[in-house]
Amino acid sequence: MKRFVAAIVLGLSLTGVAHAAIDTYEFAKEGDRERFRELTKELRCPKCQNQDIADSNAPIAADLRKEIFRMLGEGKDNQQIIDFMVDRYGDFVRYKPALNGKTALLWFGPAGLLLGGFVVIAVIVRRRRGQRAETPSSLSAEERQRLDQLLDKPQE
Amino acid sequence: MSVNGKRWLLVAFIAFVLGCFATIVVTQLKKGDPSELPSALIGKPFPEFSLPNVQGDKTLTKADILGKPALVNVWGTWCISCRVEHPVLNKLAERGVVIYGINYKDVNADALKWLAEFHNPYALDIRDDEGSLGLNLGVYGAPETFFIDAKGIIRDKFVGVIDEQVWREKLAAKYQALVDEAQP
Repeated sequence: MKRFVAAIVLGLSLTGVAHAAIDTYEFAKEGDRERFRELTKELRCPKCQNQDIADSNAPIAADLRKEIFRMLGEGKDNQQIIDFMVDRYGDFVRYKPALNGKTALLWFGPAGLLLGGFVVIAVIVRRRRGQRAETPSSLSAEERQRLDQLLDKPQE
Repeated sequence: MSVNGKRWLLVAFIAFVLGCFATIVVTQLKKGDPSELPSALIGKPFPEFSLPNVQGDKTLTKADILGKPALVNVWGTWCISCRVEHPVLNKLAERGVVIYGINYKDVNADALKWLAEFHNPYALDIRDDEGSLGLNLGVYGAPETFFIDAKGIIRDKFVGVIDEQVWREKLAAKYQALVDEAQP
Protein backbone atom coordinates (compact mmCIF):
# COMPACT_ATOMS: atom_id res chain seq x y z
CA MET A 1 0.00 0.00 0.00
CA LYS A 2 2.83 2.34 0.91
CA ARG A 3 4.46 1.55 -2.41
CA PHE A 4 1.24 2.18 -4.26
CA VAL A 5 0.83 5.61 -2.66
CA ALA A 6 4.48 6.42 -3.40
CA ALA A 7 3.98 5.45 -7.03
CA ILE A 8 0.94 7.71 -7.34
CA VAL A 9 2.72 10.63 -5.69
CA LEU A 10 5.71 10.14 -7.97
CA GLY A 11 3.46 9.88 -11.01
CA LEU A 12 1.63 13.08 -10.11
CA SER A 13 4.88 14.92 -9.57
CA LEU A 14 6.03 13.80 -13.03
CA THR A 15 2.90 15.15 -14.71
CA GLY A 16 3.68 18.43 -12.99
CA VAL A 17 7.10 18.46 -14.61
CA ALA A 18 5.66 17.71 -18.04
CA HIS A 19 3.55 20.87 -17.99
CA ALA A 20 5.94 23.17 -16.25
CA ALA A 21 6.62 25.58 -19.11
CA ILE A 22 4.69 28.56 -17.82
CA ASP A 23 5.45 32.12 -18.73
CA THR A 24 3.56 35.20 -17.70
CA TYR A 25 2.54 37.17 -20.73
CA GLU A 26 0.07 40.03 -20.66
CA PHE A 27 -1.86 40.12 -23.90
CA ALA A 28 -3.20 43.36 -25.27
CA LYS A 29 -6.19 41.65 -26.84
CA GLU A 30 -8.08 38.71 -25.42
CA GLY A 31 -8.05 36.90 -28.79
CA ASP A 32 -4.24 36.98 -28.76
CA ARG A 33 -4.09 34.64 -25.78
CA GLU A 34 -6.00 32.01 -27.74
CA ARG A 35 -3.83 32.54 -30.83
CA PHE A 36 -0.69 32.32 -28.70
CA ARG A 37 -1.89 28.97 -27.38
CA GLU A 38 -2.72 27.70 -30.86
CA LEU A 39 0.61 28.78 -32.32
CA THR A 40 2.76 27.41 -29.53
CA LYS A 41 0.87 24.11 -29.83
CA GLU A 42 1.37 23.93 -33.57
CA LEU A 43 5.08 24.72 -33.59
CA ARG A 44 7.63 22.11 -32.67
CA CYS A 45 10.64 22.78 -30.49
CA PRO A 46 13.75 22.42 -32.70
CA LYS A 47 15.90 21.19 -29.80
CA CYS A 48 13.65 18.77 -27.95
CA GLN A 49 12.05 17.40 -31.02
CA ASN A 50 9.04 15.60 -29.66
CA GLN A 51 7.58 18.55 -27.82
CA ASP A 52 5.71 21.56 -29.06
CA ILE A 53 7.10 24.89 -27.94
CA ALA A 54 4.20 25.40 -25.53
CA ASP A 55 5.27 22.32 -23.60
CA SER A 56 9.03 22.57 -23.72
CA ASN A 57 11.31 23.97 -21.07
CA ALA A 58 14.26 24.28 -23.44
CA PRO A 59 15.67 27.81 -23.60
CA ILE A 60 15.13 27.87 -27.35
CA ALA A 61 11.43 27.12 -26.87
CA ALA A 62 11.19 30.00 -24.38
CA ASP A 63 12.87 32.27 -26.95
CA LEU A 64 10.42 31.22 -29.62
CA ARG A 65 7.47 31.81 -27.29
CA LYS A 66 8.83 35.27 -26.58
CA GLU A 67 9.19 35.90 -30.30
CA ILE A 68 5.61 34.76 -30.98
CA PHE A 69 4.38 37.03 -28.22
CA ARG A 70 6.29 39.94 -29.74
CA MET A 71 4.88 39.28 -33.21
CA LEU A 72 1.33 39.00 -31.86
CA GLY A 73 1.85 42.40 -30.26
CA GLU A 74 2.93 43.76 -33.63
CA GLY A 75 -0.33 42.56 -35.12
CA LYS A 76 1.12 39.86 -37.36
CA ASP A 77 -1.32 37.19 -38.48
CA ASN A 78 -0.84 33.47 -37.84
CA GLN A 79 0.47 32.75 -41.32
CA GLN A 80 3.14 35.45 -41.03
CA ILE A 81 4.28 34.06 -37.69
CA ILE A 82 4.44 30.51 -38.99
CA ASP A 83 6.32 31.67 -42.11
CA PHE A 84 8.81 33.49 -39.87
CA MET A 85 9.55 30.24 -38.05
CA VAL A 86 9.67 28.09 -41.19
CA ASP A 87 12.10 30.57 -42.81
CA ARG A 88 14.51 30.00 -39.95
CA TYR A 89 13.97 26.43 -38.83
CA GLY A 90 12.50 24.77 -41.92
CA ASP A 91 9.30 22.79 -42.44
CA PHE A 92 10.33 20.70 -39.50
CA VAL A 93 9.00 23.19 -36.94
CA ARG A 94 5.44 22.68 -38.09
CA TYR A 95 3.47 19.79 -36.73
CA LYS A 96 1.25 20.28 -39.77
CA PRO A 97 3.80 20.67 -42.54
CA ALA A 98 2.84 22.60 -45.66
CA LEU A 99 2.18 20.53 -48.75
CA ASN A 100 5.12 20.87 -51.13
CA GLY A 101 7.56 18.71 -53.07
CA LYS A 102 9.62 17.90 -50.01
CA THR A 103 6.68 16.89 -47.84
CA ALA A 104 4.58 15.12 -50.49
CA LEU A 105 5.85 11.69 -49.36
CA LEU A 106 4.79 12.54 -45.82
CA TRP A 107 1.30 13.51 -46.88
CA PHE A 108 0.61 10.85 -49.48
CA GLY A 109 2.91 8.06 -48.28
CA PRO A 110 0.42 6.48 -45.86
CA ALA A 111 -2.43 6.59 -48.39
CA GLY A 112 -0.03 5.16 -50.99
CA LEU A 113 0.91 2.30 -48.68
CA LEU A 114 -2.74 1.59 -47.92
CA LEU A 115 -3.52 1.55 -51.63
CA GLY A 116 -0.54 -0.74 -52.20
CA GLY A 117 -1.90 -3.06 -49.52
CA PHE A 118 -5.29 -3.21 -51.26
CA VAL A 119 -3.63 -4.00 -54.57
CA VAL A 120 -1.69 -6.85 -52.96
CA ILE A 121 -4.86 -8.24 -51.37
CA ALA A 122 -6.76 -7.92 -54.64
CA VAL A 123 -4.04 -9.75 -56.53
CA ILE A 124 -3.88 -12.54 -53.94
CA VAL A 125 -7.66 -12.95 -53.87
CA ARG A 126 -7.92 -13.03 -57.64
CA ARG A 127 -5.09 -15.48 -57.94
CA ARG A 128 -6.66 -17.85 -55.42
CA ARG A 129 -10.04 -17.62 -57.08
CA GLY A 130 -8.47 -18.23 -60.47
CA GLN A 131 -6.66 -21.29 -59.13
CA ARG A 132 -9.78 -22.76 -57.62
CA ALA A 133 -11.73 -22.25 -60.82
CA GLU A 134 -8.99 -23.53 -63.06
CA THR A 135 -7.89 -26.58 -61.11
CA PRO A 136 -10.67 -29.04 -62.05
CA SER A 137 -10.69 -28.18 -65.70
CA SER A 138 -7.02 -27.57 -66.22
CA LEU A 139 -6.20 -31.19 -66.83
CA SER A 140 -7.10 -32.70 -70.12
CA ALA A 141 -8.44 -36.25 -70.30
CA GLU A 142 -4.97 -37.52 -71.18
CA GLU A 143 -3.33 -35.71 -68.33
CA ARG A 144 -5.89 -37.02 -65.91
CA GLN A 145 -5.25 -40.51 -67.08
CA ARG A 146 -1.56 -40.04 -66.63
CA LEU A 147 -2.14 -38.57 -63.17
CA ASP A 148 -4.21 -41.56 -62.17
CA GLN A 149 -1.46 -43.77 -63.43
CA LEU A 150 1.14 -41.92 -61.43
CA LEU A 151 -0.97 -42.01 -58.31
CA ASP A 152 -1.59 -45.71 -58.68
CA LYS A 153 2.05 -46.47 -59.22
CA PRO A 154 4.12 -43.89 -57.46
CA GLN A 155 7.30 -45.95 -57.87
CA GLU A 156 8.34 -47.44 -61.14
CA MET B 1 -2.61 -13.29 -67.68
CA SER B 2 -1.45 -16.68 -66.52
CA VAL B 3 -1.26 -17.61 -62.85
CA ASN B 4 2.51 -17.55 -63.08
CA GLY B 5 2.50 -14.09 -64.60
CA LYS B 6 0.38 -12.77 -61.78
CA ARG B 7 2.63 -14.32 -59.21
CA TRP B 8 5.63 -12.62 -60.75
CA LEU B 9 3.76 -9.35 -60.82
CA LEU B 10 3.03 -9.72 -57.13
CA VAL B 11 6.62 -10.63 -56.28
CA ALA B 12 7.89 -7.70 -58.34
CA PHE B 13 5.48 -5.35 -56.59
CA ILE B 14 6.49 -6.50 -53.11
CA ALA B 15 10.16 -6.28 -54.06
CA PHE B 16 9.56 -2.74 -55.31
CA VAL B 17 7.90 -1.66 -52.05
CA LEU B 18 10.63 -3.28 -49.94
CA GLY B 19 13.23 -1.65 -52.14
CA CYS B 20 11.66 1.76 -51.57
CA PHE B 21 11.72 1.26 -47.82
CA ALA B 22 15.29 0.01 -47.85
CA THR B 23 16.38 3.07 -49.87
CA ILE B 24 14.71 5.43 -47.41
CA VAL B 25 16.19 3.67 -44.39
CA VAL B 26 19.70 3.54 -45.88
CA THR B 27 19.70 7.21 -46.91
CA GLN B 28 18.46 8.19 -43.46
CA LEU B 29 21.15 6.10 -41.78
CA LYS B 30 23.86 7.57 -43.98
CA LYS B 31 22.81 11.04 -42.94
CA GLY B 32 23.89 10.21 -39.40
CA ASP B 33 22.22 11.86 -36.44
CA PRO B 34 18.49 11.96 -37.23
CA SER B 35 17.88 14.83 -34.81
CA GLU B 36 20.04 17.05 -36.99
CA LEU B 37 17.86 19.46 -38.92
CA PRO B 38 18.71 20.65 -42.38
CA SER B 39 19.10 24.41 -42.28
CA ALA B 40 16.31 26.35 -43.93
CA LEU B 41 18.83 29.10 -44.61
CA ILE B 42 21.19 27.40 -47.05
CA GLY B 43 21.40 29.51 -50.19
CA LYS B 44 20.03 32.54 -48.41
CA PRO B 45 21.94 35.66 -47.39
CA PHE B 46 23.32 35.88 -43.88
CA PRO B 47 20.84 37.91 -41.79
CA GLU B 48 21.51 41.58 -41.11
CA PHE B 49 22.68 42.40 -37.62
CA SER B 50 24.16 45.20 -35.58
CA LEU B 51 25.72 43.90 -32.38
CA PRO B 52 28.64 44.80 -30.14
CA ASN B 53 31.75 42.68 -30.13
CA VAL B 54 32.67 40.57 -27.11
CA GLN B 55 35.57 42.89 -26.29
CA GLY B 56 33.09 45.77 -26.12
CA ASP B 57 34.98 48.29 -28.24
CA LYS B 58 33.17 48.03 -31.57
CA THR B 59 29.78 47.53 -33.15
CA LEU B 60 29.76 44.81 -35.78
CA THR B 61 27.42 44.56 -38.74
CA LYS B 62 27.01 42.17 -41.63
CA ALA B 63 29.39 44.32 -43.72
CA ASP B 64 32.23 43.30 -41.39
CA ILE B 65 31.96 39.61 -42.27
CA LEU B 66 31.75 40.03 -46.04
CA GLY B 67 34.60 39.75 -48.52
CA LYS B 68 36.07 36.39 -47.62
CA PRO B 69 34.58 32.92 -47.39
CA ALA B 70 34.43 32.06 -43.73
CA LEU B 71 33.05 29.87 -41.00
CA VAL B 72 30.64 31.47 -38.56
CA ASN B 73 30.78 29.51 -35.34
CA VAL B 74 28.04 29.77 -32.71
CA TRP B 75 29.37 29.08 -29.22
CA GLY B 76 28.92 29.80 -25.54
CA THR B 77 30.81 29.12 -22.36
CA TRP B 78 27.74 27.21 -21.13
CA CYS B 79 28.16 24.78 -24.01
CA ILE B 80 30.21 21.83 -22.90
CA SER B 81 30.96 20.44 -26.33
CA CYS B 82 32.22 23.89 -27.43
CA ARG B 83 35.15 23.26 -25.11
CA VAL B 84 35.97 20.14 -27.09
CA GLU B 85 35.68 22.00 -30.36
CA HIS B 86 37.72 25.03 -29.35
CA PRO B 87 41.24 23.61 -29.79
CA VAL B 88 40.28 22.40 -33.26
CA LEU B 89 39.10 25.89 -34.19
CA ASN B 90 42.41 27.25 -32.89
CA LYS B 91 44.27 24.91 -35.20
CA LEU B 92 42.10 25.80 -38.17
CA ALA B 93 42.60 29.52 -37.53
CA GLU B 94 46.34 28.90 -37.41
CA ARG B 95 46.13 27.25 -40.82
CA GLY B 96 44.48 30.38 -42.17
CA VAL B 97 40.80 29.42 -42.05
CA VAL B 98 38.73 32.58 -41.45
CA ILE B 99 36.38 31.99 -38.51
CA TYR B 100 33.93 34.48 -37.05
CA GLY B 101 32.50 33.74 -33.64
CA ILE B 102 28.99 34.38 -32.37
CA ASN B 103 29.04 34.29 -28.61
CA TYR B 104 25.48 33.11 -28.14
CA LYS B 105 23.43 33.93 -25.01
CA ASP B 106 26.44 34.10 -22.76
CA VAL B 107 27.76 36.06 -19.80
CA ASN B 108 30.23 38.54 -21.26
CA ALA B 109 32.80 38.19 -18.47
CA ASP B 110 32.79 34.39 -18.88
CA ALA B 111 33.28 34.73 -22.62
CA LEU B 112 36.22 37.10 -22.20
CA LYS B 113 37.81 34.76 -19.68
CA TRP B 114 37.32 31.78 -22.00
CA LEU B 115 38.92 33.58 -24.96
CA ALA B 116 41.86 34.73 -22.83
CA GLU B 117 42.36 31.27 -21.38
CA PHE B 118 41.87 29.03 -24.42
CA HIS B 119 43.09 31.42 -27.14
CA ASN B 120 40.86 33.30 -29.56
CA PRO B 121 40.52 31.69 -32.99
CA TYR B 122 37.91 34.19 -34.16
CA ALA B 123 38.68 37.02 -36.56
CA LEU B 124 35.71 38.85 -35.07
CA ASP B 125 33.70 38.15 -31.94
CA ILE B 126 30.01 38.94 -32.29
CA ARG B 127 28.24 39.25 -28.98
CA ASP B 128 24.66 37.96 -29.18
CA ASP B 129 23.44 38.19 -25.60
CA GLU B 130 19.76 38.12 -26.45
CA GLY B 131 20.07 35.42 -29.07
CA SER B 132 18.50 37.69 -31.70
CA LEU B 133 21.04 36.87 -34.40
CA GLY B 134 20.90 33.24 -33.34
CA LEU B 135 17.14 33.27 -33.83
CA ASN B 136 17.47 34.74 -37.31
CA LEU B 137 20.01 32.04 -38.11
CA GLY B 138 17.70 29.28 -36.89
CA VAL B 139 20.21 28.26 -34.23
CA TYR B 140 18.82 25.64 -31.84
CA GLY B 141 21.91 24.75 -29.89
CA ALA B 142 25.64 25.06 -29.89
CA PRO B 143 28.05 24.52 -31.40
CA GLU B 144 26.70 25.24 -34.85
CA THR B 145 28.86 26.38 -37.72
CA PHE B 146 27.73 28.18 -40.85
CA PHE B 147 29.75 28.34 -44.04
CA ILE B 148 29.40 31.66 -45.82
CA ASP B 149 30.85 32.69 -49.15
CA ALA B 150 32.55 36.00 -49.92
CA LYS B 151 29.19 37.61 -50.69
CA GLY B 152 27.72 36.54 -47.36
CA ILE B 153 25.45 33.80 -48.70
CA ILE B 154 25.03 30.88 -46.31
CA ARG B 155 26.25 27.87 -48.25
CA ASP B 156 26.31 25.17 -45.64
CA LYS B 157 25.75 24.45 -42.00
CA PHE B 158 27.25 21.95 -39.62
CA VAL B 159 25.56 21.10 -36.32
CA GLY B 160 27.76 19.68 -33.60
CA VAL B 161 31.43 19.52 -32.72
CA ILE B 162 33.94 20.01 -35.50
CA ASP B 163 36.79 17.65 -34.71
CA GLU B 164 39.86 16.87 -36.79
CA GLN B 165 38.21 13.94 -38.50
CA VAL B 166 34.98 15.75 -39.37
CA TRP B 167 37.00 18.63 -40.76
CA ARG B 168 39.25 16.38 -42.83
CA GLU B 169 36.53 14.12 -44.19
CA LYS B 170 33.57 16.43 -44.55
CA LEU B 171 34.20 20.10 -44.13
CA ALA B 172 37.66 20.95 -45.48
CA ALA B 173 36.54 20.32 -49.06
CA LYS B 174 33.48 22.51 -48.60
CA TYR B 175 35.55 25.37 -47.27
CA GLN B 176 38.17 24.93 -49.99
CA ALA B 177 35.46 25.05 -52.65
CA LEU B 178 34.31 28.42 -51.32
CA VAL B 179 37.89 29.70 -51.27
CA ASP B 180 38.50 28.52 -54.84
CA GLU B 181 35.28 30.11 -55.96
CA ALA B 182 36.33 33.46 -54.48
CA GLN B 183 39.65 33.44 -56.38
CA PRO B 184 39.00 32.86 -60.06
